[in-house]
Amino acid sequence: MTEAPTTPEQPAAADRDDLLVADGLQMHFPIRRGLLRRKVGAVQAVDGLSFAVKRGETLSLVGESGCGKTTTGRLLTRLLEPTAGTVTLDGRDITHLSVSQMRPLRRDIQMIFQDPYSSLNPRHTVGTIVGAPWKLQGVDPPGGVKKAVQELLELVGLNPEHYNRYPHEFSGGQRQRIGIARTLALRPKVIVADEPVSALDVSVQAQVVNLMEDLQDEFDLTYVMIAHDLSVVRHVSDRVAVMYLGKIMEIADRTALYERPTHPYTVALLSAVPIPDTNRKNKRERIRLQGDVPSPVNPPSGCRFRTRCWKAEEICAAEEPPLVAVGPGHQTACHFPENKDEVTTNPTGTA
Amino acid sequence: MTAPPDTSGSAAEARPEAALDGMSAKAIEGRSLGQIAWLRLKRDKVAMVAGGVVVVLVLVAVAGLLLDRVFDVVHPNTFHEDLVDRAGGTLAPTGALGGMSWDHIMGVEPGNGRDIAARVFSGAWISLLIAFLATLLSVFIGTVLGVTAGYFGGWVDTLISRAMDVFLAFPLLVFAIALVGTVPDEMFGLRGESLRIAMLIFIIGFFNWPYAGRIVRGQTLSLREREFVDASRSLGARSPHILFKELLPNLVAPVLVYATLLIPTNILFESALSFLGVGVNAPTATWGGMLSEAAAYYTIPHFMIWPGLAIFVTVLAFNLFGDGLRDALDPRAR
Ligand SMILES: Nc1ncnc2c1ncn2[C@@H]1O[C@H](COP(=O)(O)OP(=O)(O)OP(=O)(O)O)[C@@H](O)[C@H]1O
Ligand code: SF4
Ligand SMILES: [Mg+2]
Repeated sequence: MTEAPTTPEQPAAADRDDLLVADGLQMHFPIRRGLLRRKVGAVQAVDGLSFAVKRGETLSLVGESGCGKTTTGRLLTRLLEPTAGTVTLDGRDITHLSVSQMRPLRRDIQMIFQDPYSSLNPRHTVGTIVGAPWKLQGVDPPGGVKKAVQELLELVGLNPEHYNRYPHEFSGGQRQRIGIARTLALRPKVIVADEPVSALDVSVQAQVVNLMEDLQDEFDLTYVMIAHDLSVVRHVSDRVAVMYLGKIMEIADRTALYERPTHPYTVALLSAVPIPDTNRKNKRERIRLQGDVPSPVNPPSGCRFRTRCWKAEEICAAEEPPLVAVGPGHQTACHFPENKDEVTTNPTGTA
Repeated sequence: MTAPPDTSGSAAEARPEAALDGMSAKAIEGRSLGQIAWLRLKRDKVAMVAGGVVVVLVLVAVAGLLLDRVFDVVHPNTFHEDLVDRAGGTLAPTGALGGMSWDHIMGVEPGNGRDIAARVFSGAWISLLIAFLATLLSVFIGTVLGVTAGYFGGWVDTLISRAMDVFLAFPLLVFAIALVGTVPDEMFGLRGESLRIAMLIFIIGFFNWPYAGRIVRGQTLSLREREFVDASRSLGARSPHILFKELLPNLVAPVLVYATLLIPTNILFESALSFLGVGVNAPTATWGGMLSEAAAYYTIPHFMIWPGLAIFVTVLAFNLFGDGLRDALDPRAR
């Protein structure tokens, strides 16, 4: 899927292709205090996200810990109900569907969880876990649940005879494969993968990522891939959205984002990534981000990144930079974007 | 991208449980955490001995019941005044060592000469019956309310948590003494000894539920955040499924351990109430009641030793077994 460089889509034709669309998505968790549990504030975990995931593509959401990636994933899969904005799945608005209205649609959207040690019930056998989707959806797979589970286990590279084993008998990588098998049971259209490999040993990460790519080809899957650094998703993404404190800072095709990042935050994140090819013209210096991520309870005014940005000026505190196009399919939210000249002098954005 | 999904990847990855004795490649059948806990428990000598003592105690308690009802050999309430020094006025048993003999292996009581062994055995029945059923009651109420509070949260949690605080602030002993004094002769179709036992079970069990409730609520709060609950919801599971199929199986171990450790506490509480004279009425034998009677004969220590020893051994055995069980089931040792 990452073979050919993706040519920029025509905006008009794109709509039908959009499988999963977030529009102005917002999640403010209320903070309640006291006996009467009055609302005294809100954690602005996700604050106005808009993006569209096209059929068959992999969109990566990247950002530091606590920037709202998991919350976004849980909003997209409707494990959470957003406080504002909409989620559209395959043309249908699912933003405020009830649990029972949502149930049949859950076959189309599934989630892989961040922590393979917490995402499998320790009291259930692998057979029960991987067979649960059919049981809960009231579907009888052809040939029976046991056979179907064993086929799935084989598909994700596990021994189908391990049907009766318990999760604690497997390593982290094997557990994540079990989790992947569970999401595949209902043949979903889109899978939201929340840092699927960040809890795994580096040596195992590539195996699981490769498995996910193979499955994408085999089942025409669409992925929303969540990661906390840009290196993990470099080879699997078609497009990348960089998040900071609940907002999208920059969203672009993979090549554009890695070659010509425009947002200072993206530049900083990329400077931490080892550069594979040496003969690139803009050699990056390593940028160490100063300070901590501010609290999402009380985010900075204007640009949220300004407390750690080396280019920040007065206007950054006063005015929030809107997410504007700097090239085809390339948007950034910064008053003083990097590499801007280069992007504008090269408007076709050939990668 | 061309890399095949590696089926051999498993070889490189560590098997955390492989260390747990020889797991042969043929043993495809998975070992549940319960089975692993049992393997661990079997290796814990102290817990196994304590568990053996608990089993013996239960058998003794049942035997004590039969002793009372079926066997006519030594009845716990039969007087043996011939074995007591009435002439001398001390009322002490006439035989050596408190009247210990083959007929009366623990000797006889001072005063009326009842067989101590028979009374200790039949007292075991009362003690264990009350402690078991009271434990069952508090663990049941505690689990239901704790899991409800933890899972649903919000005002339900606030309500139940406040109720726990109120119950915990209750001066239970004072209340028990006051309540027992006002019980009528007949209530809920029960009378006499059965009514007394039922009431003790209620007092000891009902007012202790917040301890179990707190443990279960805390466990539920942390389990609820585990991703397998989200995974289940993302497949369309309803609340009953999540409560009974996902959460409850994970609560069995902590509840079991807590119950094993609550039984000895309840045995002590029942003994204390009997000692204070608000337990089961005389002449029914109870360990606490025997201690209370023995207090009047403090110069004859053997009378005190046997019921005291019974309480001590029982409480110790349950506690050691409970500790062993907790170690065997400890999730951190997984
Ligand atoms: N249920 C909740 N109630 C209140 N605050 C929450 C809740 N869930 C998440 N948050 C807060 O929202 C913010 C974003 O959390 P989220 O889990 O989405 O971050 P993340 O990007 O996934 O981080 P990580 O990389 O650590 O997984 C955090 O500040 C977190 O404390
Ligand atoms: S808007 Fe200002 S503070 Fe924000 S990233 Fe751009 S330069 Fe930095
Ligand atoms: Mg997360």
